[in-house]
Amino acid sequence: MISIRKQLTVEAPQERAFRVFTANMGLWWPRDHHIGVAPLKDCVVEPKANGRWYELGEDGTTCEWGKVLAWDPPRRLLLAWQLGPDFKYDPALLTEVEVTFTVIGPKSTRVDFEHRNIERFGEAAERLRGGMDTGWGQILESYVRSAVAEAA
Amino acid sequence: MLAVSYCLPLAMANQSGVQLDGFAALADPTRRQVFERLAKKSLSVGELAAGLPVSRPAVSQHLKILKDAGLVTDEALGTRRVYRLDPRGIEAMKNYLDRLWNRALAAFKAAAERETDS
Repeated sequence: MISIRKQLTVEAPQERAFRVFTANMGLWWPRDHHIGVAPLKDCVVEPKANGRWYELGEDGTTCEWGKVLAWDPPRRLLLAWQLGPDFKYDPALLTEVEVTFTVIGPKSTRVDFEHRNIERFGEAAERLRGGMDTGWGQILESYVRSAVAEAA
Repeated sequence: MLAVSYCLPLAMANQSGVQLDGFAALADPTRRQVFERLAKKSLSVGELAAGLPVSRPAVSQHLKILKDAGLVTDEALGTRRVYRLDPRGIEAMKNYLDRLWNRALAAFKAAAERETDS
């Protein structure tokens, strides 16, 4: 499995860290990263399991990014990132973003972040090709195998 | 309804001599169209140009930038040269997401530390 992992310490209580990450995502999400036509107004993580994760444009349109797989405030959040290699929502693609918030003091929280299943972008890319040829998928598979072997 | 246009981060001018990395090359709308069409099917320059409102030399220039960025690769197929997505694209995707999350998490940390508990 190919993953991106990050760890950071936030000088904020656990509850606030979780709240800012989820309810206030629109405050900190890079403004230039969005897929809709209109400028980005907000990023919404619905506060429940099976909730939506989407962007809201200034013109009121929404674009799905994925969904909430697990909602466990203020300790853990599991999101599904479902934007494919062409930056379109792909319901058949599921990559997981897990964020855990651990108390290290009354005003200090450790945030462990992982975006995993990156290798699934290869399968999504193959689907985009409409199965016309399997070249890319096969090469990606061997790439993933060698990357895994390298990591071991 | 899903919007079909994209606004990618890391947009930067393609200054001469500057190689765009990975998905920065996709900041240009025509290059995104080229990339998207190649995601579906391997195509020649002529086939790509036929479906786009730009000249064939312009398509070639876009392909060169995409190729330099490691997103697209080409191969001779008989008398034709066809372009397809580079298999190393998954690495580009990982690098792209890695940088995106670095920026996002740094901004999240700043926002969480700026907020007060009301």
